[in-house]
Amino acid sequence: MAYDCTDTAAFKGVWVFCEQREGKLMPTDFELISEARKLADELGCELSGLLLGENVEGIAKELGGYGADKVLVCDSPLLKDYTTDAYTKVICDVIHEYKPEVFLIGATNIGRDLGPRCAARLHTGLTADATHLDIDTAKYMDFLRTSSTIDVDSQKFDMEDRNLKMTRPAFGGHLMATIICPRFRPQMSTVRPGVMKKSAFDAAKAEACQIVKPAFELTEADCKTKVLSIEKAAKKMVDLIGADVVVSVGRGISKDPQAGIKLAEELAAELGGVVGASRAVVDSGWISSDHQVGQTGKTVHPKIYVALGISGAIQHVAGMQDSEMIIAVNKNDMAPIFGVADYGICGDLFKVVPQLIASIKAAKAAE
Amino acid sequence: MKAIVCVKQVPDTSGKVAVNENGTLDRASMATITNPDDLAAVEAALRLKDQTGCEVVVVTMGPPPAEGMLRELIARGADRAVLVSGREFGGSDTFATSQILAAAINKIGVEKGDVVFCGRQAIDGDTAQVGPQIAEKLHLPQITYVADVKVEDGVVTAKRMLEDGFMMIQAETPCLLTCVKELNEPRYMSVGGIFECYSKPMDVFDYNALKDDPLIEVDTIGLKGSPTNVFKSFTPPQKGAGTMLEGDDVAAQMAGILAAKHLI
Repeated sequence: MAYDCTDTAAFKGVWVFCEQREGKLMPTDFELISEARKLADELGCELSGLLLGENVEGIAKELGGYGADKVLVCDSPLLKDYTTDAYTKVICDVIHEYKPEVFLIGATNIGRDLGPRCAARLHTGLTADATHLDIDTAKYMDFLRTSSTIDVDSQKFDMEDRNLKMTRPAFGGHLMATIICPRFRPQMSTVRPGVMKKSAFDAAKAEACQIVKPAFELTEADCKTKVLSIEKAAKKMVDLIGADVVVSVGRGISKDPQAGIKLAEELAAELGGVVGASRAVVDSGWISSDHQVGQTGKTVHPKIYVALGISGAIQHVAGMQDSEMIIAVNKNDMAPIFGVADYGICGDLFKVVPQLIASIKAAKAAE
Repeated sequence: MKAIVCVKQVPDTSGKVAVNENGTLDRASMATITNPDDLAAVEAALRLKDQTGCEVVVVTMGPPPAEGMLRELIARGADRAVLVSGREFGGSDTFATSQILAAAINKIGVEKGDVVFCGRQAIDGDTAQVGPQIAEKLHLPQITYVADVKVEDGVVTAKRMLEDGFMMIQAETPCLLTCVKELNEPRYMSVGGIFECYSKPMDVFDYNALKDDPLIEVDTIGLKGSPTNVFKSFTPPQKGAGTMLEGDDVAAQMAGILAAKHLI
């Protein structure tokens, strides 16, 4: 049967592109599979992972442990390292064959290269960097009740609507927009890493996960770009997304940036966390950009987020507002950060943080 | 040989952002700037011009006032500009926008040796989609997140940033690159450039100018040709204010709360 991207009824199943680097699955893969499991259950369909690489079949079953019914494995030496052309060709060919209804991709630097190229070739829409996904209208309405200022009950909703509702921040987090792609399939979205929660691993499900090997054609002539080398960053990157505690510094450290960062490191060490930073601190060159939290940096939701000398610009807040507990220290009692903080301390961080470290040590000793 | 640069005029979201009652952006009340990543793309093209003497063409899609931004880019050193503007193009999502810009680039002409430069993403949408989608529609190889670039004998070698490092990637021209801010430090307008910016050519491509390109169809451009629609847009609610700790022992109070919640 010919492929027709507008024949919405012909498309079935939820797919997740499972990115691997150097033969290892990315943390985003597990987050997306876990979230997509819920969508597949709402739609009453199968969930499949799509894994491309060289000799990657051995890592595929792990995806089943997070909810994938199947993993489609495309194995080739030409797929070892990511290239736009090879990955786009294989993915689009496989989608032409299997016709999934929903196709999700992690919004990593690679996913954001791949997603638009695939969507353009498949003639369908693509939502960028989604932070929330719904099929079921009642669940979407619940989401709006807690996450928007919309008076949900005064508006009409089509309760039978089965389109994927993809919500993302826009204009630096000032607005949220829910995007739909009603006329074309698959419905595609890249999903922001670190936002969706990974479910508990189920070894029995991993064992039961089915491996499928779709046929595809790929030759060297299909790849117009050549990867000369892949270099890892010289220093270890900070794992902001996986951290339970993030202690971030902002412009408030400017009178002595190195001392401010050192205090944050000491507090982070005491709480068992890592150091984050606002954009101002990164742009000033005081700390490397892998520490940046916010709309242009990383989205985090640790158990404790400590904001030191951060005013709370909306771009920053967009990346940390879902933290379980937010503690803010700022000299200015009108700073917007106090509007999102659970606990606020108005004072000079260079005075408050050493006291805080001493008090935490004392509290620990008293346990 | 030429460098074609796609640029976008965007509201300055780092300043005060005004939102209409219906949840859309009040663009009229906000200052506009050239998208920061696009300035890196312009600078990369101007450096290629410094090196090879190639022509630099800047292209934007937007309303007529975007001409002001294009004149500024000429004053920085671009040789000519193209403003893609028409009622039929309004309401385009990234798919439809890339369809139109690809048609405009076809009209400018892409040949062996040419490089198309885009910014990685615009600060109003943050999608990073239009560059790769233009590349797909023009059947060009793409390299995104470019933080360093060298063009020699029709071959582009670029440093492509990853979260945990980078890749060195090579592609033959013509190809499309999307640039990150770290690529370079954009130059200012020159005095001579400012004097000359109104004497350099500025073409306007409207619907009639592009309609013969096979990419331009009623169902591939504008609001009607956009696969995605905005279902709802809304402002996030303000989180209720928390507790301000007061007194001489705020640090001890905070440690006490953390201990009570078993967080330390």
